[in-house]
Amino acid sequence: MGGWRAYLTTASPRSRRQAALQRAWLGWLTFRTNPAAMLGLGIVSALVLCAAAAPWLATHSPIEQDLVRRLAPPSAEHWLGTDELGRDIYSRIVYGARITLRIVALVAVIIGPIGLAIGCLAGTLGGAVDAVLMRLTDVFLAFPRLVLALALTAALGPGIENAVIAIGLTGWPPLARLARAETLTIRRSDFIAAARVIGASQLRIVAVHVVPLCLPSVIIRLTLDMAGVILIAAGLGFLGLGATPPSPEWGAMIATGRKFVLDQWWIAAMPGLAICAASLGFNLLGDGLRDVLDPKLR
Amino acid sequence: MTAPGTPAILEVDDLRVAFPTRGGLVHAVRGVSFSVGREKVAIVGESGSGKSMTGRAIIGAVPRTGTVTAKRLAFDGMDLLALPPARRRALAGRRIAMVLQDPKFSLNPVMRVGEQIAEGFRVHGIARGAEARDRALAMLEAVRIRDPGRVYRAYPHELSGGMGQRAMIAMMLAPGPDLLIADEPTSALDVTVQAQVLAIIDDLVSRSGMGLIFISHDLDLVARFCDRVIVMLAGRIVESVAASDLRRVSHPYAQGLLRCVPRIDGGQGDLPTLSRDAIWRAEGSAP
Amino acid sequence: MIAVRDLTVRFGLGADVVTAVGGIGFDVRAGESFGIVGESGSGKSTVLRALAGLVDDWSGAVSVAGAPLPRRPDRAFRRRVQLVLQDPYASLHPRQTVDRILAEPLAVHGIPDADRRIVDALAAVGLDASFRFRYPHQLSGGQRQRVAVARALLLDPEILLLDEPTSALDVSVQAEVLNLLRKLRRERRMTFVLVSHNLAVVANMCDRVAVMTGGLIVEQLDAPRLAAGTVTHEYTSALLRASAGYDRSHGAHDAAMG
Repeated sequence: MGGWRAYLTTASPRSRRQAALQRAWLGWLTFRTNPAAMLGLGIVSALVLCAAAAPWLATHSPIEQDLVRRLAPPSAEHWLGTDELGRDIYSRIVYGARITLRIVALVAVIIGPIGLAIGCLAGTLGGAVDAVLMRLTDVFLAFPRLVLALALTAALGPGIENAVIAIGLTGWPPLARLARAETLTIRRSDFIAAARVIGASQLRIVAVHVVPLCLPSVIIRLTLDMAGVILIAAGLGFLGLGATPPSPEWGAMIATGRKFVLDQWWIAAMPGLAICAASLGFNLLGDGLRDVLDPKLR
Repeated sequence: MTAPGTPAILEVDDLRVAFPTRGGLVHAVRGVSFSVGREKVAIVGESGSGKSMTGRAIIGAVPRTGTVTAKRLAFDGMDLLALPPARRRALAGRRIAMVLQDPKFSLNPVMRVGEQIAEGFRVHGIARGAEARDRALAMLEAVRIRDPGRVYRAYPHELSGGMGQRAMIAMMLAPGPDLLIADEPTSALDVTVQAQVLAIIDDLVSRSGMGLIFISHDLDLVARFCDRVIVMLAGRIVESVAASDLRRVSHPYAQGLLRCVPRIDGGQGDLPTLSRDAIWRAEGSAP
Repeated sequence: MIAVRDLTVRFGLGADVVTAVGGIGFDVRAGESFGIVGESGSGKSTVLRALAGLVDDWSGAVSVAGAPLPRRPDRAFRRRVQLVLQDPYASLHPRQTVDRILAEPLAVHGIPDADRRIVDALAAVGLDASFRFRYPHQLSGGQRQRVAVARALLLDPEILLLDEPTSALDVSVQAEVLNLLRKLRRERRMTFVLVSHNLAVVANMCDRVAVMTGGLIVEQLDAPRLAAGTVTHEYTSALLRASAGYDRSHGAHDAAMG
């Protein structure tokens, strides 16, 4: 039992870093007690590992064709079988994690900050700013998500970047709504009044005092949203509007497997399972994070 | 320990309440023994002294993670800890009542005040229909609400703090309980309203002859109001005296609690403060 | 130090206008400790929040420290006038350590030497350095209120406004915080305006007292007169009687009155 445990649990930390680490440690202890959340974390970690170490984990090239071995069932040589062009499905799924994660990460990086900034600003400043920003949010919220994504990729052409833009455009409004609702309850609290008395500017109050309190619920929502993003990305891929062939996108893999679904079920089922697991992983992780981060549940 | 001549309706022997936390068990109440007859008993202490948790343990409202143990926790001869939960809940509504600090948390916000009181009569099978309504109105009159008809029809948020607390008292006393536990019932009220609410409790308790456990942090107040005073510190009883003898308490902690209250005619010097002696917390730990 | 003339504060619009403060006036001399007593809804806290520059919409003539109260208070005003709020459970940011809370006023005003000042401020309110990196939820009510006082002191204000600084605390802790405030006022020659519902607290802390009810000041009196109970307005005497504590023989009478 080293000194690090004492370092993390002492009642009187001696530095800023120690206080922050203690907080994270306590959060981890809470998170650890939730089996579903740990499963979610495991799945998402596995996904990240697959993407990072794809060349080492894959047994075959994801795009090399071997027409002799086409439509082979799962075997020792091809763990999850091969598709209609004789490509190894396991390897394609491993490499496909890269595409899925890239879409998820790009969408999160786009919609997280935008939603947070718009929501917190609208909630704190109120008045005309609030009205304009929230009507704008309503406009974007009114678009059906998948249909807009379809229209956009149809117009801009298929490809991951266009899919990300399409998903991002309709992804931020719910986050902005959430951040604004949180801000409205925070805005009236005494510690915001105390910050005003100290002389902090509106911008500083938003950035330093309001945003850190909105951040947890936005992160939770974002994580939960990622499950939906994975599904939409797969849907675009399935319709041929996402990643372009021959890249191993899971949705596109299902689309090709569709023709063989009755006789060579593994071609569609294996990427389908991957989509299902990844989406479930983000969902469980989001729920677990809520237990740790949400101040209202403490 | 009961005042002579009154049979105890509540007997508490070695009551303990503990909560598990990451740092191990936290003992909120660590071996409290007292009994209450048809009299007014005050439990006084600072926040964290375990006074509220003692009250909650008696009525069975300790948060779920807590464990309550006692050598004996008996109400009218019945062992409360051995009763089946359903019987205990029925007992808690009908024969033991509790009034909390803020009526807002105890009244149903979407139900008219009068109907909540009438509901109490119906649930306990005391009266039904129009009779329940009439008795609810009479109850509101008993807590000296001048326009009972209006308050009967009002929703809780339409009442002021003092009015809400009166309605709460009316609701709790409606089934005619034998024991009332009042946890800081006047702390959230203005001073002028405090006196009125105290007078109502005093009057109703004395008239019906029920027992009262009055939980408060204000020694001065309970000295005027109650028959007996129990002083708690860190989950234990440090002193138990008749209210008339309160000025002669012997425990330095109890003395300190009395002296640190500022007085209007007390001048402007520094107030005496409590030295929180570690010995007091440890003492009495031997069973 | 503070001169208030005909201060009026209204909330709401149109038919729902509520007059919280209905045209009051009072003066506070430099170095004085001035008390405002009243019950909830009397407007006493609104007066204090207006003086702290937290109320946007008020009318009247108010001068603080020789200059008119600015409509949009600037940093110079903030350094002269500070406020301690009632509920220490709500007035400290729940996700910031004590260190971060105390660093905020220094960062906003660009005051150097933050490390030493924070340690000094903690010492001034009787907290040792081990409290510096704790979160508010790890502190007791009294300790939190000390942190709130330390935050106000870091800007070295001339005027400290106190909104019910001890009403959320145990009586035993209240005595400690009141003694601390008295000591700090003496050492730093600050002017206090203290709002409370508790006559005894005001009598203990203040040189002069204004009694408010329904948004108006009904009586102003000095500490000796308050202590002696020589008051003129009937509301003040009702307040005095109620503060004297519950009395069984009078209880029935008071209740009938209400």
